[in-house]
Amino acid sequence: MEWETVIGLEIHAQLNTVSKIFSGAPTAYGAEPNRQACPVDLGMPGVLPVLNQGAVERAVMLGLAINAEITPRSVFARKNYFYPDLPKGYQISQFELPIVGLGHLDIELEDGTIKRVGVTRAHLEEDAGKSLHEGFEAMTGIDLNRAGTPLIEIVSEPELRSAKEAVAYMKKMHSLVRYLDICDGNMQEGSFRCDANVSVRPKGQTEFGTRAELKNLNSFRFVERAINFEVERQIDLIEGGGSVVQETRLYDPDRDETRSMRSKEEANDYRYFPDPDLLPLVVDNAFIDSVREKLPELPDAKRARFVEQYGLSDYDAGVLTAARDMGDFYEVVAAGCGAPKLAANWVMGEFSAAMNRSEVELADAPVNAEGLAGLLARIQDETISGKIAKEVFEAMWNGEGDADAVIEAKGLKQITDTSAIDTIIDEVMANNPQQLEQYRGGKDKLFGFFVGQVMKATQGKANPAQVNERLKAKLDG
Amino acid sequence: MSVDTSEVRRIAHLSRLAMNDDQARDFAGGLSDIFDFVEQLDGAAIEGVEPMAHPLDAEQRLRPDAVTEPDRREVFQAIAPAVEGGLYLVPRVIE
Amino acid sequence: MAQETLSGWVRKLQAREISSRELTQLYLDRIERLDPQLNSFITVTAEQALAQADAADARLAKGEKTPLLGVPVAQKDIFCTEGVRTSCGSHMLDPFVSPYNATVVERMNAAGAVMLGKTNMDEFAMGSSNETSFYGPVRNPWDTERVPGGSSGGSAAAVGARLVPGATGTDTGGSIRQPAAFCGITGLKPTYGRVSRYGMIAFASSLDQGGPMAATAEDCGRMLNAMAGFDERDSTSVERPEEDFTAGLEQDLKGLRIGLPTEFFGEAGLDERVRGVIDAAIEVLKGRGAEVREVSLPNSHLSVPAYYVVAPAECSSNLARFDGVRYGYRCENPEDLMDLYTRSRGEGFGDEVKRRIMVGTYVLSAGYYDAYYLKAQKVRRIIADDFRRAFEDVDVLLAPTTPELPFALGAKADPVSMYLSDIYTIAANLAGLPAMSLPAGEIDGLPVGLQLIGNYFDEARLLGVAHQYQQETDWHARVPAAFA
Repeated sequence: MEWETVIGLEIHAQLNTVSKIFSGAPTAYGAEPNRQACPVDLGMPGVLPVLNQGAVERAVMLGLAINAEITPRSVFARKNYFYPDLPKGYQISQFELPIVGLGHLDIELEDGTIKRVGVTRAHLEEDAGKSLHEGFEAMTGIDLNRAGTPLIEIVSEPELRSAKEAVAYMKKMHSLVRYLDICDGNMQEGSFRCDANVSVRPKGQTEFGTRAELKNLNSFRFVERAINFEVERQIDLIEGGGSVVQETRLYDPDRDETRSMRSKEEANDYRYFPDPDLLPLVVDNAFIDSVREKLPELPDAKRARFVEQYGLSDYDAGVLTAARDMGDFYEVVAAGCGAPKLAANWVMGEFSAAMNRSEVELADAPVNAEGLAGLLARIQDETISGKIAKEVFEAMWNGEGDADAVIEAKGLKQITDTSAIDTIIDEVMANNPQQLEQYRGGKDKLFGFFVGQVMKATQGKANPAQVNERLKAKLDG
Repeated sequence: MSVDTSEVRRIAHLSRLAMNDDQARDFAGGLSDIFDFVEQLDGAAIEGVEPMAHPLDAEQRLRPDAVTEPDRREVFQAIAPAVEGGLYLVPRVIE
Repeated sequence: MAQETLSGWVRKLQAREISSRELTQLYLDRIERLDPQLNSFITVTAEQALAQADAADARLAKGEKTPLLGVPVAQKDIFCTEGVRTSCGSHMLDPFVSPYNATVVERMNAAGAVMLGKTNMDEFAMGSSNETSFYGPVRNPWDTERVPGGSSGGSAAAVGARLVPGATGTDTGGSIRQPAAFCGITGLKPTYGRVSRYGMIAFASSLDQGGPMAATAEDCGRMLNAMAGFDERDSTSVERPEEDFTAGLEQDLKGLRIGLPTEFFGEAGLDERVRGVIDAAIEVLKGRGAEVREVSLPNSHLSVPAYYVVAPAECSSNLARFDGVRYGYRCENPEDLMDLYTRSRGEGFGDEVKRRIMVGTYVLSAGYYDAYYLKAQKVRRIIADDFRRAFEDVDVLLAPTTPELPFALGAKADPVSMYLSDIYTIAANLAGLPAMSLPAGEIDGLPVGLQLIGNYFDEARLLGVAHQYQQETDWHARVPAAFA
């Protein structure tokens, strides 16, 4: 039988406010345990939540970016359950009336087609703390620094049909939240994580199969592998005469498998009800407009503009606009060197390769946009050839100075003096009488040999076009 | 509405309250009386009425995004039942 | 000396006729001597009180005039007090020394009040008799075999016996007014949102409201001036300009329209003698120029059932934080996490608290939410609408505070009969309206309370009516013989 996979993703993105969603404690990552937990975060008696405006603005910004309805009057609810990393015994979340309603996100499939994925809703909620199991005998340590960090949970429609589509959607959302600068997107630190609801059904069937919820997939690779494993598991189960149980499963990257979370199997009854400590959140048009003004150019618009303005291919524009900082970097390079296509080739080629080799982020790269533009300008004005430029770039990356300094120090300036080139050509011709004779006898292929000899003699610094022109004149003369 | 002891035990568990059979029996009577009592609500003329979650028709106020709470871990943990290395300790949580 | 009111002490302190230290010591001595009969205090903070008194004396010497400068008060043990145990009447919080102050405590400190200690209360404010306290029942100063009412029974008994001139209370379903009535004092539950709930341990967040308890309406107004005000730490705190709640005290009652809700007089269970006291009080007010008419609150009979869905629902969630992990009681040697939770909570909470947690858990659980919680929230709206209509025709509503006299300890064993003790007070909480109780008579040596309910934010008018009544009568000035 042919099977169809049905996937819906719930993405949790931590909003990059400086303080928590309901308290004035800091949200910075990596502090000593419980140093960033105030009485509100600790669920102490009598303390009360007050909503952070920064979190609301970021949620609205996301809503605008995915063309979603912003709920004029949304409501915070309590999700009640006991867990040591949940200090109040309930999580403040949004249930019936989330701040962001139905929206959508366009993703590009492998074959280049665009698929529109529905976003059911996005709601504000508080993150929980962390349980640490290492280092204690028979005990678990609770760190509540993360408790109360603002989260937006973005729920997709069950419209994704493969692990690859799920990853494409997640990557696009990841790019978007970073574009909007509402989330730092750091997946190692858990700032951007996701749960996947996965089911299978016979191709052509309209009803959904029973789904399993895969928890805490904190890398794109894990999302893909976990879904693929889970799909195989479900198909094997059904084809073997069994049936899928609705349950929560945890992906184990070490074993590359998902397994049932027994501790959470107990039927949850979250007893949602409106949080009486918080009033309805009213977002009016004036508020929405003020957020809209802060909205940056979005990836799809920027990509289209790059094609239009810089004459790039759609593919190149897509690569360069995948991350906001890369797009900004590219624009500085393109403007600085005056050669948009050359800039695109270099940013995507040498520059990206160097970043990968050195394992650095764009912000930490040893060559900045102005520096790269300076190098490309020297190619443009024919001070150096593209080949020499790679050598110069290498030196710049290693901290040997800007392009002009490196060219000067290493004497890499291109030879453009015709008489100097002529002298070298004469020497080459004199040193290779046999080849000269064969060439003049009709063996045209040997032209390349003479070019090579001239370039070798100039250590690659001669202007190749000039070499061609003068060589032709002299050989044929 | 009558609540039996198994129902009491189910609610007690959901509420994380230890309860033996005798206690469950005692609570069953009281809870049944209360649920009988609140059944008076069934006669209320509430069709089309909006639920009222708050006494005042007010909106949520927003706090500027600023850090205002200092680190007072030592003070907070001085009243904790069990801490080590700045962490609150609980019996091992199995996932 | 026991006769002097809080306002009287303010005047004497300002006139430097007595120092705060002398006054504080005087009341501390009374507490030491007399409270063993009542058990109205959980914690007495004598040393801190005297230090605060000395600071107040220094400020008085400089001519400062903050509203409560140098006056001894007590805090209900539901308000968090930094460095002082804040137990909420529960074993669960017996070990809890708060690391912060409630906003009310901060405000009263700033107004110069001297805190003598923390008063006893029903556990987590759940009770109408003060019998559910982990620290033992409080006794009524008028008859120590009877209850003082609850949940602010410690504050009411302490003020009634003049162990302190004023104390704070909280009122979720009548917890200021009913004990005020039982102990012969004046107590005000302000409009929801007037007094910050920050640091006031939550029972039912959408109903809880702190307020003053003292001998007279004037005292209550003076205390409320210190207690009330916008607090940015409480999302439900109301942003309104500061108000002087004593400003309307001298307002005469000519033309005042008083409504008598027929449902609060006709219902079965109203003690005829209580009714007689209320009728006499109405005559006094008429004599001062007030006009009286009947009004109807047709859904008021649904108040108690709606309350016993809404309040437990909120409480079941509010009390989930007491889990033995970060503060408070933790059971011995928990076997595992579940054991830690269930035994810490099972051993830390008393039966009434457990009962309400279970009721709340049940009404919110899957399949019951609409039938109970949502329905109760709708009933809440129609009850509030009844009041809105009534206030189109009248300025204040007048009713008994309680249907009966203070009852004997142990008299109300079954929960529902205890709940009905608040039959006249609960509606104001559901609607969020201000309401107060003031002493209006005595039957067999036991005080009877008169309830006034006002429109939203109309506390000043309520206090004015009460003050005018207290100009004509002396019920508020009576002190039980054993404590005179």
